[in-house]
Amino acid sequence: MATKSGTQTTRKGGPEGGPVFESSTSMRHALDWVFAVLVFAATMVGLVVLVVLLVDIARDGLPRLSWDFLTSFASVFPESSGIYPALLGSLWLLALTAIISVPLGIGAAIYLEEYAPDNWLTRLIEVNISNLAGVPSIIYGLLGLGIFVNLLGDITGGQSILSGALTLSLLILPVIIIATREALRTIPGAVREGGYALGATRWEVIKSHLLPMALPGALTGTILALSRAIGETAPLIVVGAATYITFAPDSPLTAYSALPIQIYSWVSQPQPGFQTAAAAGIVVLMAVLLLTNSIAIWLRNRYQRRA
Amino acid sequence: MAVDAEHTQSSEAGLWHRDSRSRHFRERAVKIVLAACAYASVLTTFGIVFVLIFETMAFFREVSIVEFFTSTRWAASFANPSFGIIVLAAGTLLTTAIAIAVALPVGLLAAIFLSEYASPRLRRWLKPALEILAGVPTIVYGYFALTFVTPLLRATIFPEMAIFNALSAGLVMGVMIIPTIASVSEDAIYAVPRSLREGAYALGATKRETATRVVVPAALSGIVAATILGISRAIGETMIVAVAAGNLAQLTANPLQPVQTMTAFIVQVASGDTATGTTVYNTIFAVGSTLFVMTLILNIISYMFVRRFREAY
Repeated sequence: MATKSGTQTTRKGGPEGGPVFESSTSMRHALDWVFAVLVFAATMVGLVVLVVLLVDIARDGLPRLSWDFLTSFASVFPESSGIYPALLGSLWLLALTAIISVPLGIGAAIYLEEYAPDNWLTRLIEVNISNLAGVPSIIYGLLGLGIFVNLLGDITGGQSILSGALTLSLLILPVIIIATREALRTIPGAVREGGYALGATRWEVIKSHLLPMALPGALTGTILALSRAIGETAPLIVVGAATYITFAPDSPLTAYSALPIQIYSWVSQPQPGFQTAAAAGIVVLMAVLLLTNSIAIWLRNRYQRRA
Repeated sequence: MAVDAEHTQSSEAGLWHRDSRSRHFRERAVKIVLAACAYASVLTTFGIVFVLIFETMAFFREVSIVEFFTSTRWAASFANPSFGIIVLAAGTLLTTAIAIAVALPVGLLAAIFLSEYASPRLRRWLKPALEILAGVPTIVYGYFALTFVTPLLRATIFPEMAIFNALSAGLVMGVMIIPTIASVSEDAIYAVPRSLREGAYALGATKRETATRVVVPAALSGIVAATILGISRAIGETMIVAVAAGNLAQLTANPLQPVQTMTAFIVQVASGDTATGTTVYNTIFAVGSTLFVMTLILNIISYMFVRRFREAY
């Protein structure tokens, strides 16, 4: 009763056409409750799908997983197909990409954060880096195809592990630079001033204090970027990773396959046996990713405790 | 002499030394090396632009630019080829629209929950958990769309759906983009000053009314930025559509039909044996250029919106 009459008086007094204040609190609180459930459900949607996806892949792939699967080569028969050359190819790519991108990325971050003057050129590089982070990965594949495979084919060996690693390095470089810069930025200025006051040069301060202090943050970002590189498929297809490799790669200049490429090739086959092999391949890929991500988290926790 | 000085330095590490000339030389060398690293990113951009322009020009020497933008038939590797980018762009638009229809409402509501409802402790757990979704390789999502989502939809709602179709690919892509939209929106919503919320409460608004009528409108430019970023992700996404959407370049608005996106076309050509320098080979660069320009424009717009909401408060 009281609520009802309250509503009526405000309605009368409400401004013409403007929002009307409604004091019917029971209705509004019911809606509030519905809304709270709704936003919670929305948050859960992604997580539920994630769980369903993981369970689905484990159910399809785990029974197929065996030592033979890990040590066999690709085959035209789904039952005897294995992932060995693809696994090795991915490890090669991972190692080479890390060797190329980590020094380059950390170096660029140190320059931008500690050396670069505040002028239009520096701002141009910064805008450029954040833009590069938004470029679709397949475009990097086209870059790699044009430059590393075709233009520099004599040096890189054309469709080789090296071309693939160079392409992936450029792809993850912006991520490494951004992560390292953020880590450097959290170090208080007093550390630098203290170093200079003791007569150290800029590089000496960086080497002895800033780098060790920024390392956990930079490493975490770097490993996450590298694990993204392991999962990348599209750019590797474009720079010519092969799907059918009958030898274990032993140099950066050879042809290669990689885990996601092998999975893509199997998914595209109509026979159900290959779909199962694809699921098993995904389990292997996810296991590698889980391993690298765990290392990242372990490193971060270890250094954070020390700091 | 200089080598000796270096030796003494390293053996007495930590001691101050006044060999200022070699120190200055080293300082300059280090700075040059580090600057070179930073310019590598600029070189990457130049490389991308150079490769795309160079190969795209080769393409337009073979195919008329008018046909490329106006033809409604795409048949790149046929005997009677036709290059109407509209067909591929329509495929991209369809999957992107489906993805955003999923990711925008879900991502925005999740952002509201994380910022306004969740306790700090829950938030600390939920945010990284959501981020995992963005870290799953896209080929895995492609497999999931093809072998789980499509059979599920065919068995339940759409029995007439094709095995390869735009809907499954778009839905799964939407899930993949949820973390992007949720985390950028949440940053914007979180940045809305407390006084605005308190003002709303003081006027008698409930928590829901405060969130939907005060906080969300105040964070609107950030939410728009998040959406544009999500669209740009969806346009550039490759493996989900390459695996699950079918590679049939047809002009259709029916999500139950197979379509081909710009990215899927590039993958299709690249995974076949196409000789360097042929028209089909050049086509992937022309399509790549279109893709690059579209995502670049979207990223710039998104960047401008982000800057606006950062300036506002």
